[in-house]
Amino acid sequence: MTGNNAVSEAMRQINPDVVAAYPITPQTEAVEEFAEFVANGLVKTQYVPVESEHSSMSACIGSSAAGARTMTATSSAGFALMWEMLPIAAGLRTPVIMYVANRSLSAPLNIHCGHDDTMGGRDSGWIQIYSENAQEMYDNLIQAVRIGEDMDIRLPVMVSMDGFITTHSVERVDLLDDEAVRKFVGEFKAINSLLDVDNPVTIGACALQDYYTEHKRQHSEAIINSKAKILEVAEEFAKMSGRKYGLFESYKLDDAEYALVIINSAAGVAKMVVNELRAKGVKVGLLKPRIFRPFPAEEIKNALKHLKAIAVMDRVDAFGAGGTPTFTEVRSAMYGLPKQPLMINYIYGIGGRDIRLEDINKVFQKLFDVAKAGKVDKVFDYLTVRE
Amino acid sequence: MAKKTMNRHEMPIGSIIKDPGCSMQYETGGWRNLKPVHDNKKCTNCLLCWIYCPDGCIKVKDGKIAEFDLKYCKGCGICAEECPDKVKAIQMVEDKK
Ligand code: SF4
Ligand code: SF4
Repeated sequence: MTGNNAVSEAMRQINPDVVAAYPITPQTEAVEEFAEFVANGLVKTQYVPVESEHSSMSACIGSSAAGARTMTATSSAGFALMWEMLPIAAGLRTPVIMYVANRSLSAPLNIHCGHDDTMGGRDSGWIQIYSENAQEMYDNLIQAVRIGEDMDIRLPVMVSMDGFITTHSVERVDLLDDEAVRKFVGEFKAINSLLDVDNPVTIGACALQDYYTEHKRQHSEAIINSKAKILEVAEEFAKMSGRKYGLFESYKLDDAEYALVIINSAAGVAKMVVNELRAKGVKVGLLKPRIFRPFPAEEIKNALKHLKAIAVMDRVDAFGAGGTPTFTEVRSAMYGLPKQPLMINYIYGIGGRDIRLEDINKVFQKLFDVAKAGKVDKVFDYLTVRE
Repeated sequence: MAKKTMNRHEMPIGSIIKDPGCSMQYETGGWRNLKPVHDNKKCTNCLLCWIYCPDGCIKVKDGKIAEFDLKYCKGCGICAEECPDKVKAIQMVEDKK
């Protein structure tokens, strides 16, 4: 099945109370199929066909605040149109679950993969989970429900995979039994439901100089503390499915001297190159972030601190920042180590540009050169660009 | 301003307010620099000020201006402005709190 099929299947098994979604390439297939499930009576979901993504996120917030398990999906410009509502969903602590098909932002208009959307929303207060392939997307979406709805977390969660590359490729996906998924996600437990007329609450009130800071501090603490719960949910999921997840995936890192840090589908390509180089006896490895918010800085530092050189690769530019989003996070995590690995930063694959084995090979060759020279000459570069 | 300021552990999550109508506790009178001083003798009890006061601070009893509730009066001066030119029964004076 395609990545989108895997999403709609997961949504069917989760059987949310409400889905308010708007179609946008390359996510469309997922919500279209889900709408069919609704029409065919396979789920009890109330489907709200909204007129825009701003409305879909608004409807999701209202529905979640009313006490309903709520899901949505988006991509690229749709994500951007939701932007105003994203921090509201998080600030009101409504555990909305959102599927995002990662796609570049305009201009120029482009419908293909880039992490512009979710990386742009990385500080909106949501938990962020990234997925390399359709199987991970399916597994992550199911876990997201438990994570977001946890009584100590109560935060919205976005789960993404690469637009077209993963959303539209046909892969083998192991689905769990409907019953097993339903048992795993359990019943939605509402807190301060708007429909609880005996205990009325005001939602979305104003908090000025006297209370705003405390609210943000509460929110910040919840997302920082969610790390432990995310691992607990992953452990329980592994018991049911046999598939193990952590905060990130370490691939042949233990004895590695050189490594890449790379998110989503390109990690699959990079693993092939790691295998090829390993066959030649070169000690290379890879770290693939799964949870980007909260960013597991301490854990990543421990996983990477023994390396000679690291290349952090992002599928998005950061236009004048001190590096791309993952690079600045990883480098900041490494700061303060008595002996720091040399680090470089690449932008690759934006607007859906293919990343080939030889491109990844080039990055490793660069890492060998950097380690040999003992210094970095150019911290930040584009990988495949016609100069 | 609410009477007691809660710390972050005492507050419900999600910036939710559990006791509806609690804006009563928010005494906007604290914002005031000027306060209205009402002259009973000049006043014709036309009630224009009562209609216009955005905070409902002006209390009327038996069709007559009874009291200016300074707990919520922000000192905006709308009442003094709306009081007819021929009457001008309200003076805005500096509020030395
Ligand atoms: S000054 Fe403003 S708030 Fe105060 S009584 Fe007059 S109109 Fe009302
Ligand atoms: S507007 Fe002036 S005259 Fe009319 S009721 Fe108020 S104070 Fe009296």
